Amino acid sequence: MTGAAILRTEGLHKRFGDLHVLRGIDLRVAEGERIAILGSSGSGKSTLLRCLNFMELPSAGRVFFHDRPVGTEETRGGATAVRYRERDLAALRRRVGMVFQSFNLFPHMTALENVMEGPLTVLRRGRGEAAAAARRQLARVGLEDRADEYPARLSGGQQQRVAIARALAMEPEVMLFDEPTSSLDPELVGEVLGVIKALAEEGRTMLLVTHELGFAYHVASRVLFLHEGRILEEGPPERLMKAPREERLRTFLARFSEFSF
Amino acid sequence: MAAFFDWFRWLYEATGINLTILYDAFDRQRMVAGFWTTVWLCLVCIALSVVIGVVGAWLQGSSLKWTRRAVQGFIALFRDTPPLVQIYFFYFGLGALLPRVPNAYGIPEPVLTNVQWAIISLSLFAGAFNIEIFRSGIEAVPRATVEAAEALGYSRLRAYVHVVLPLAFRICLPALNNNLVNLVKTTTLAYAIAVPEMLYVAKQIWSDATNVPEMMVFLLLAYVFLVGCVVWVMGRIERRLKVPGIGL
Repeated sequence: MTGAAILRTEGLHKRFGDLHVLRGIDLRVAEGERIAILGSSGSGKSTLLRCLNFMELPSAGRVFFHDRPVGTEETRGGATAVRYRERDLAALRRRVGMVFQSFNLFPHMTALENVMEGPLTVLRRGRGEAAAAARRQLARVGLEDRADEYPARLSGGQQQRVAIARALAMEPEVMLFDEPTSSLDPELVGEVLGVIKALAEEGRTMLLVTHELGFAYHVASRVLFLHEGRILEEGPPERLMKAPREERLRTFLARFSEFSF
Repeated sequence: MAAFFDWFRWLYEATGINLTILYDAFDRQRMVAGFWTTVWLCLVCIALSVVIGVVGAWLQGSSLKWTRRAVQGFIALFRDTPPLVQIYFFYFGLGALLPRVPNAYGIPEPVLTNVQWAIISLSLFAGAFNIEIFRSGIEAVPRATVEAAEALGYSRLRAYVHVVLPLAFRICLPALNNNLVNLVKTTTLAYAIAVPEMLYVAKQIWSDATNVPEMMVFLLLAYVFLVGCVVWVMGRIERRLKVPGIGL
């Protein structure tokens, strides 16, 4: 594998009550990798992504950022548990950007203010500097002319591009895309995928949960197939998607009738 | 101006409608002072009660069980008891327990004046409601929006200040309006501990001039005016904060 590991997980488990969603995930994300995560709904792919920036706290196992474990182990009354302090998680999240399925823009701020918010509040940049940087990010996603619009006045595709710009403004080392096109009208999917593709071509490290198999095939450097909380198969897209070994993956791929390379 | 005031003296002599607060300089000064005392009470209590609401709603979302319970207890105490009883409790109950300090003439005086007790009492009363009002707004902010802030590296406090509160405030403005209007009207209860606000002054004046109906009508109109001002300001704030896509 090339490059140093930015993110790594060891034996990651996540339970929601009785529901055992992740059942031991070992994953290494090297610099410059573009990893697509596939799987049917309920396979745990979104949960895996959300555990990487601690939107969900893992039930067991550890996440390493630049080979340093996130959280501190504490022993209390004989039991060892990992404690995740707010400050540590915030420090990690500053360097790991996330884009959500439902955009989640701040509705009371314009597109420009949304993109400025992180640098202004978290990185303590000056207002002028943050605004100039935000305009550059908006230009990058092709929305410099919509800078002063509120999210409600933007289409879904535009909102998602603003959300991507907002994440990029923090200059993250890794980008996590959680089904970024799943709540978009079909004709708006292309503009968002175009932006993500451009980021991939810049060599940006990213993990992408998606149902856009064609996109995953062309953009990803590695594909993971999740099934019932485990990585069932992984490999380069050509191999994994054209010659899947696992029966489960074959049935999964067959369900996408329009899937063609 | 003198002619204007004299006209009301003529009105009294001609019709018996006795508005001493207009033609009598002493009564006029008393009522102007009473009006400003009411305005002062309103402004200070509105400000303090909003602060109590914002801080209380934040503490209510605390991860510490006892902090949440303390806030719950506070709300139960001040929402579920009559405001007049609260004012008496503070002024006569707590006030009597506090030590007295000698003033400039060496005469022992209470640490807090009746005006200060009225401010404390009314602010806590309205603040308890404001906590619940802000909570209703906070709970209407989608979890996903807060997550977006957290994903950028916000602490819980920063997310509260920059994302949750601005949204919650817009959502709960109508309910907040109602409570602040109520607060303005409730300041008349300070009458009970002899705070010289409008109702108290009016009572003094009608005791002297036996012009009860005139003073009652004046009081009603004065409160319509005061509440009207509050509603107008809140309406301005509402329009100013209006952004597309957030229901107001």
